[in-house]
Formats: sequence, structure tokens, C-alpha cells
Amino acid sequence: MDIKKTSLNSLHKKYGAKFFPFAGYEMPIQYSEGIIEEHKITREKAGIFDVSHMGQLFIKGDYLLAEDLEKIFPTDLKNAQLNQSKYSFLMNEEAGIHDDLIITKVKEGFNIILNASCKNSDFKLIKRLLDNKYEMNLSDDLSLIAIQGPKAVKILETVISGVSELKFMSGNWFNYLNENIYITRSGYTGEDGFEVSIKNKEAEAFVEKMINEGAKLIGLGARDTLRLEAGFCLYGHDIDINKSPVEANLKWAISKNRIILGGFIGFDKIKYQIEKGVNKVRVGIKPEGKIIAREKTIIFSEGNKKIGEITSGTFGPSVQASIAMGYIENTFSKIDTKVFLEVRGKKYPASISKLPFYKKNYVKGVNK
Amino acid sequence: MSEVKFSKEHEWIKLDGEVAIIGITKHATEMLGDIVFVELPEKGLSVIKDGNAGVVESTKAASDIYTPVSGKIIENNQSIVDDPAKISSDPENEAWFFKLKIKDKSEMDSLMNKEEYDKFTKESGN
Repeated sequence: MDIKKTSLNSLHKKYGAKFFPFAGYEMPIQYSEGIIEEHKITREKAGIFDVSHMGQLFIKGDYLLAEDLEKIFPTDLKNAQLNQSKYSFLMNEEAGIHDDLIITKVKEGFNIILNASCKNSDFKLIKRLLDNKYEMNLSDDLSLIAIQGPKAVKILETVISGVSELKFMSGNWFNYLNENIYITRSGYTGEDGFEVSIKNKEAEAFVEKMINEGAKLIGLGARDTLRLEAGFCLYGHDIDINKSPVEANLKWAISKNRIILGGFIGFDKIKYQIEKGVNKVRVGIKPEGKIIAREKTIIFSEGNKKIGEITSGTFGPSVQASIAMGYIENTFSKIDTKVFLEVRGKKYPASISKLPFYKKNYVKGVNK
Repeated sequence: MSEVKFSKEHEWIKLDGEVAIIGITKHATEMLGDIVFVELPEKGLSVIKDGNAGVVESTKAASDIYTPVSGKIIENNQSIVDDPAKISSDPENEAWFFKLKIKDKSEMDSLMNKEEYDKFTKESGN
């Protein structure tokens, strides 16, 4: 199968991108600045991310659709306010995670942002679960551009006026070049920012405008260090079909009334896990030595017993330390518990850490 | 001091009498990306040509460092352990990795000179 390219591919080249294949797309891992510098630009100024490989699914429908979607997703959709976004999961009966996603209630139905590697299988599964009753469109004509960082609001406001009024985890339609485009105040970096859904043919000029206002293109390499510092999961690594939201420490994303009333796929397992507890749980881990604990690194107890495995690990440029997350036997999950990580045959001390590693920097008064 | 030679694993080596200074090339640092940690072979350790002699951790991956010749480590460069950013800024000078007492000078013969190495990196796309 041919590798796909996003509408910004030639722009990435222009700015010195190094590419790598990701979920069937040729994506920029970094530009000429390098991962650490790009990470810092996002934390201190504003970074632009091409996330057009992600799925933008629209499902048309009214209250009946909200009812049907509640049978799939463990979040409160019938009472969702117009333009409100929610983080949720597509699960199997065992509460294993097919995908994590963002659902936004729009006037005509719901927008769902899906992970690139899952979007086609998600589409088929959701279509089947909805008995093919609703009009569904997984868009090929729309790009998705994120702008993240403390200067994101000022820069985007200059290009598209009105966006500064958006509240965190909500969206709206805005006028851009006499067309309506949908923008949400959200992101995956731990910074304030926006995700802009824009027609492919407009995407390049739009990004150039933000670059002219002082934002810089940032690759997926820095996106990974940013999200890990912010404690966010990467699908296929920190969460997957063998892990449930309870094990992944993402129970907060399941609406309270849904935990009580149920009625969604995977509910029995979720309820059981909440009542009886889980054997393994996702935690933050801080290695002490000058090592990086990468995915699949084995975690040992002080008594030299194998107690878990790392699912993501890197060097956090803002916290200036090695950081990781992984799954560990629940009895060892308490903050500050001493553990050991086996890297290249040697065991290095580490401790269980609270998440996020990097304190969020959302604009005051916006974060609910 | 002899000319600088290069290995296919992107190390450079400078021989001065019995003592070889070894580091990684500018080309290697460009491939590795931002280096955040380094592990160097300890003083007194005997290493064998093309064998493991340290690790660099970048934001992307851990990569083994190999020694282009056999010998005994006599010094390692602690300053790059303390400040790994030096490796990207001056890899072929200040940011040398280790010095060793060479065991067999004929091992130098199989290595590339500057011209050959430049050609190698260009052609192999490595």
C-alpha cells in the first residue's frame, strides 16, 4: 500500500522535516530545530502540529443518536451541551480499549476525533454498533491542525478572530476566508491550545499565516515528549485492547452517572474492576539514573520480583529528567514506592511518581 | 599524530603513538537527534574491535557505541556525561568519548580515511 501524505507534506519539507512512516502516513518526526528545541518552543511560545492523519468522523443525528452513542461510549452524551468536547473510549465487552477519542456535540450530530492507526476499524465498528442507522462521514477532505502553547491564543486570534472566547474542551464554528471552520480549544501537550479542522486546500496557507505570526512547526517527536510530560496516554503503547480505562487510571473520563447506571459496552467489567480493584494499574515512573526506560523495560520490586512493564519512556525536556509510565501490580502503585528498572542487563533505581510530570499551563479562567 | 580514520559504525579515531582517541562523527549525531544521556566504558576495561563500548540515549532511541580498534580504556570523557549537549555541538573535537591503549595498530588499516568515509555516508544513506 502506498504511503499517504497529508496536505501539509510539501510545507513540512520546506521547513526541513525529517519524515518517518506513522499509521500509513509520511509524517514529520522533527524539523531542523530538533525534538528538544521544538518541545521548548511549544512550552514557551507556540507550536503547530499537523495531526491530519487522525480521523475526523462526523455522525449526523439528534437525541436518538445521543442515546445510541451512549450504548457505545461511557460518557454523558444525552446531556452534553452544544459544542462541548469529551474524552472517551471505544471499548470491547471486556472493557479493553479499541481507541481513545474526543467526542464533540455539534448542532447536526457529533464530531469524533480518532487515532490514525485505528480510524478505519473504528469507523466500521461504530457503523455496525449503530446498526447503520445514521449518516457517517470519515472525512478525507479535512486537515486537522493543532496550535499549542502559551502564545497559541494570541496567534490564532490574529488569524481567526473570536477564538480566544472558546472555553477549554469546547468548540465552535468560526469564519475564515468566508467559510465556516470548526475549532476546539483542546490538545495533547499539556498546554493551552486549539485544534482547527480546515479544508485540505486551505491548510497550507493557514499554517503559513500562523508561522508568520511567530508559531513554529513541531514534529511528532516533540509531540511525544510533550504528551508524556503531561501524563497523557499514547494509544497502542500506554493503552490498548488488553487494558481497561480503570487499569489505565482513566476512570475520571467515565461520567459518574454512567458508572452508576451503565448501559454501555464493557460496563460489567468496569463495574467489577471499580468494586473489586484491579491487579495492574498505570503509573508514572521516574528513573533516578541517567537512563531512559523505554517501552517494554521490566519493572522489579525491591525484593527483585517482576512487578510490571514500562509502556512509554523518554527524557522530559521541560522537567529535565528521565520520565516514564507503565503498568505495575497495584500493591506497588503508591507514589514514591521504590522500584528497579532493568536497562541493558543492569537494574537502576526508580520511584513511582504522580502524573502529570509537568504541571499544566491552561489559561486562567478557561480551565473548568 | 596520525590522520583521523573512520568506522562504518560512524566512530572517528585519532592515533597518537599507542593512544587512540575515539568519538562519534558529526554525521552520527545528525542521525541520532538530541542526545540526552551517555554511558561510557570504564577505565581499565579491555574492549575488542567492533565490540560494545558505551551507549548514547537520544530522545528517539538508545544506540550502541562500538570501538573501531581493540585495546584497554585509559580515560573516558566525563564532561560529555555531565553535559551530553556538547556531543552535538562539537562531536569531532571536544566531545571525544574515550581514550584507549591500542593493542594492534594494524587494525587501523581496515578503517576509512575522511574521503572514503564521506563517500560511504553519501552512498549508503546511513
